[in-house]
Amino acid sequence: MELVFALAIGALTAGGVYLLLRARTFPVVLGLTMLSYGVNLFLFASGRLATGSQPVLGTAAQYADPLPQALVLTAIVIGFAMTAFVVVLSLRNLADHGDDHVDGDPKKRTPTSKHARERRPL
Amino acid sequence: MTHWLLAPILIPLLGAILQIFVGYAPMPLRRVLAIITSALTLAAAIVLLNLAGDDTYRVYAMGNWQPPFGIVMVLDRLAAMMLVLTASLALLCHLFAIGGTDEGTRQFHSLFLFQLMGLNIAFLTGDLFNLFVAFEILLIASYGLLMHGSGSTRSTPGLHYVVLNLVGSSLFLISVGMIYSVTGTLNMADLAVKVPLVSGDQRFLVEAGGMLLLVVFALKAAVLPLTFWLPRAYASATAPVAAFFAIMTKVGIYGIIRVYPLVFGANAGEMANLGMNWLFPLALATLIMGVIGVMGAQTLRTLVTWQLVISVGTLLAPIALGSQKGLAAALFYLLSTTWTVGGLFLLIELVRSQRGSASDKIVMAPQIRHRTLLSSLFFFGAVSAAGLPPLSGFFGKLMILQSTTSGVEMAWLWGTILTGSFFTLIAYSRAGSVVFWRNIEGEIKNSTPVTPLLALSTGALIGMSVLMVALAGPISAYTSATAAQLLDTRGYIQTLQAPMVEEGS
Repeated sequence: MELVFALAIGALTAGGVYLLLRARTFPVVLGLTMLSYGVNLFLFASGRLATGSQPVLGTAAQYADPLPQALVLTAIVIGFAMTAFVVVLSLRNLADHGDDHVDGDPKKRTPTSKHARERRPL
Repeated sequence: MTHWLLAPILIPLLGAILQIFVGYAPMPLRRVLAIITSALTLAAAIVLLNLAGDDTYRVYAMGNWQPPFGIVMVLDRLAAMMLVLTASLALLCHLFAIGGTDEGTRQFHSLFLFQLMGLNIAFLTGDLFNLFVAFEILLIASYGLLMHGSGSTRSTPGLHYVVLNLVGSSLFLISVGMIYSVTGTLNMADLAVKVPLVSGDQRFLVEAGGMLLLVVFALKAAVLPLTFWLPRAYASATAPVAAFFAIMTKVGIYGIIRVYPLVFGANAGEMANLGMNWLFPLALATLIMGVIGVMGAQTLRTLVTWQLVISVGTLLAPIALGSQKGLAAALFYLLSTTWTVGGLFLLIELVRSQRGSASDKIVMAPQIRHRTLLSSLFFFGAVSAAGLPPLSGFFGKLMILQSTTSGVEMAWLWGTILTGSFFTLIAYSRAGSVVFWRNIEGEIKNSTPVTPLLALSTGALIGMSVLMVALAGPISAYTSATAAQLLDTRGYIQTLQAPMVEEGS
């Protein structure tokens, strides 16, 4: 079990990092999701892997560590919200620039100062 | 157990929820409610500052769960100081925002108050995982705030900012998992007890976790290899948001000050002063990078965003050296630089709105209205930011310089800070003289007048550095007591180990 678990975490993280480095918003969002799955599994494993034991005190002789499970739950909730936000932001980026590159429209791509100089209302 | 500890969290929380419900109410009503919430948060922070002044630790155990198991809020001098800093900055930025920036979307006030709440939780919490949750609360609010306002120019920097911070959050979780898997606890005081006992192969896991945590805090603080996201993201935000974000890099610095002297400090056995020998050269490199950025800035906004990077380097260098005097000096400079940079962001918005299409570019343009007022405010801000004598930036830097003792570190720190200040001064005088003095013939159409409210909030934020000079004695006494309290970790550990809830109470 340990080996499979470790391989799963490794594969998810490696895939996530690879996709993150693609410069298109869809792979980036997918990469963030995979990375957060890998992280959640890692966090789950930090309380040791055990089969057949419950994370509740007093119900069995052996119990699993409940704290990492609580942490993972929080992390999953936050991760979902963040992924939803990135998806919306990517769509907005696509609508604004007509291109799904993370730097916006490649034809209009300009250095930092250009963006700062463009006039916006107060 | 005093219930006041929760006030800086609950007040903005209730205010933010209220803002959601009154989303369709008339704007003046919403603005009044929002400002009242900000003002009450500041009042609560000042009450806590008075409480923390007696050098005792106050602990609030959520739901009466005993410390190593439940979530605790801890109030000490550092937390109280950061709360007052945040709340005062927030109130003044909020006042500026109701001058017109909050129009357009209905969510501005609730997002602003949610971010204030997230910051307050981060400063009060005594638990590593709760710190992560606080980071997420303040970050998700900051994503919304960054995107606030019209214009398509900010969706791309916003996306970069969000993706980068999400990767940072993942790293935070990994480091928390690594530390938990060995020590079995995430309470900071409990970690301070358990980390020195870790030995053998397990030490490397905790060490790796600790270093990864440092990377996360360094990302939030924008330390050199992780600094390049900052200028573009901050330069694209609206003025009050950018000014309020001046505290965001300080959250990363706060994380380092809070976690490292306590958990990986001098008493941590084999892991004593983990990562601090890396931090010192990186801090100096950040400082140099910031100076290069300031020198190369073509707009006033990028000038000030790079000033933020300079302040991060200046703050982290004495912190990495770990002396009590250095820490005290850094805390003094932290107050000064946060207010000044926040004020400069607001001021630039005022200048920009006067200059038509020239905006905040450092180029010649027709003379602006209210030139005397705005240029003198810029003068004060620049003097404080560059660290020239009469204002608080100078005292902060002087104390940082005085705190070093050993030869090599002293040479590096003195050389970098002094040369950096010199070049910063050149950059500010160049920008100021071009923008305010070198005017061309003509008039600017559609320049918006500076209302008293906008001028007042900007002036108050920049004027903080004058106030800090007047009150330099009490403030530096407070920061040195804070540094002493931070480095003497026994009190913190003892407070969290003592049973805090009497049965039946």
